[in-house]
Amino acid sequence: MSLTTAHSVVAPTALSRRIAATIVIVYALVSILPLLWIFATSLKTPPDSIAYPPKLLFQPSIEGYCNLFTTRTRQTPEYITSPATSFCDQVTRSRNMVIAGPSNFVPRFVNSLVIAFGSTFCAVFLGTLAAYGFSRFKVPLADDLLFFILSTRMMPPIAVAIPIYLMYRELGLSDSALGMILLYTAVNVSLAVWLLKGFIDEIPREYEEAAMIDGYSRMQAFWRVVLPQATTGIAATSIFCLIFAWNEYAFAALLTSGTAQTAPPFIPTIIGEGGQDWPAVAAGTTIFLIPILVFTVLLRKQLLRGITFGAVRK
Amino acid sequence: MRAAARSTPADIAKRFRGLSDRALAWLFIAPTMVLLLAINIFPLLWAIWLSFTNYRANRANEVVKNVGLSNYQRILGDGDIWIAMQTTAHFVFWTITLETLIGFGLAYLIDRKFRGHAFWTTIILVPMMLSPAVVGNFWRFLYQPQVGLFAYVVSFVTGIPSAQIDLLGSVGSAPWAIVIVDTWMWTPYVMLICLAGLRSIPDYIYEAAEVDRASPWRQFWSITLPMALPFIMLAVLFRGIENFKMFDMVNLLTGGGPGSATEVASITLKRQAFESWRTGYSSAFAIILFVAVFGLANIYVKALNAVKQR
Repeated sequence: MSLTTAHSVVAPTALSRRIAATIVIVYALVSILPLLWIFATSLKTPPDSIAYPPKLLFQPSIEGYCNLFTTRTRQTPEYITSPATSFCDQVTRSRNMVIAGPSNFVPRFVNSLVIAFGSTFCAVFLGTLAAYGFSRFKVPLADDLLFFILSTRMMPPIAVAIPIYLMYRELGLSDSALGMILLYTAVNVSLAVWLLKGFIDEIPREYEEAAMIDGYSRMQAFWRVVLPQATTGIAATSIFCLIFAWNEYAFAALLTSGTAQTAPPFIPTIIGEGGQDWPAVAAGTTIFLIPILVFTVLLRKQLLRGITFGAVRK
Repeated sequence: MRAAARSTPADIAKRFRGLSDRALAWLFIAPTMVLLLAINIFPLLWAIWLSFTNYRANRANEVVKNVGLSNYQRILGDGDIWIAMQTTAHFVFWTITLETLIGFGLAYLIDRKFRGHAFWTTIILVPMMLSPAVVGNFWRFLYQPQVGLFAYVVSFVTGIPSAQIDLLGSVGSAPWAIVIVDTWMWTPYVMLICLAGLRSIPDYIYEAAEVDRASPWRQFWSITLPMALPFIMLAVLFRGIENFKMFDMVNLLTGGGPGSATEVASITLKRQAFESWRTGYSSAFAIILFVAVFGLANIYVKALNAVKQR
């Protein structure tokens, strides 16, 4: 052991690097395997998806995606033999069925988009104001208020869901996009305040003070000096809020059932004939996960900060 | 600068110019506080009130009776609740143990800074960003005996026939099924925080240790581990809180089953509140859970600060 570190004090030796690289790469490949399997399953036909042994090589098919976007029904043999109207229809007819209409996937996906973007906008807007307030003004009991804001995040979602369910029933907000946006804003605002306070703390006060000496008011200094400087922080915070709202399941499953249902509670309910239609589920999952993959790559430098509420900044 | 400032159309600005900093501070903070009071604190107070009643949300017209502390008494004396708490404790203990060991190990290896380490780190981080519900749901497919990928890989390696590998189907193995998925998903989280800890240790400390001829083994136990400890503890805190209230992944993977083998506290809460509609009773349970998380987190933060100050 001591031989391997003899010539260099801090830099690891070539051998230890190679061993480390091998173990890390094997772990990475194993951990990414379930995700690759989701993608592969989305391109299989239903019989291929439940073949034994599991098929590594298969004829790709878009049947999963067709089934995801449509509902299907059995039809008479005469009807089946009539010409198909679309490519998906043709695939469906080969299973002795015809397309009956669009599935609920698109509306649920749109709900996810509306609720995620709506709540992110509100949370970041409120969060930026509050973070600036905490960062630049002497707020009485500031530490207690900040801790209070953080502690709202410790509640188990089901515990919050009981009174929220009753409250929304009284207010007519049950199963509405507005209700979900309000709820996700409240959950996300704690993250937004904590992260943005960290980012704004890093902008030197001298910038605003100089601007205010030059005749800017406090509001002008906030708009024209602080906000442009905080753009990166606001962008990173927005993406974290977006990911949370996009992935959220507990509130969505308990408080929405129809019109405002988002994709996470919907995807597990996709069923075909004789049980879960796994290629369709995999197709829905793939479409649902792609935006997050893109954001993860974009965010990788800020990730640490986001997941620790700004406690660790590197 | 001066000219620019004078030329701005500053109607709004003029209105705010007169406000004191104190008033401005409230103007900035109040909207957030009002929202949190309305969507968090008001419901919490409502839940506390409900916990003293026999209210049932599916029978809204019935007369609500104040039952005092009897909900709390019944919960603390209810064997099923204690079993759920025990299931939660096992889940939290094993996931955190595995995630910390693997996560720290990976961080330690990545800190060797081999070629391409940044790329592989990003790959490893992917699972934790995904929706636990949507991905948890898909693990049901991976876990299926015979046709599932997990069963196939395990049987390929161990030789056990894959039809017998049914993790979700038996009472003994189902808790491990949820531990495996949680570990897969959240090890990267612990790894990322540990990596920050390892990178915060300055090189000169190792250089000094090398001058003193401390063995690598000794360096690890006397420098690396103690200096990374506050970071490891922080990761454990965050994971502990999250896993204590775990709901989405477990609900989709097992729904608490088979029987009640994987019925963690949140699942019990959901069953009581939204299936049995015992709103008062489940509110009391929710309050107990919240106090438990809050209390444990507070004690833990004190310990964390003590370690940091050392």
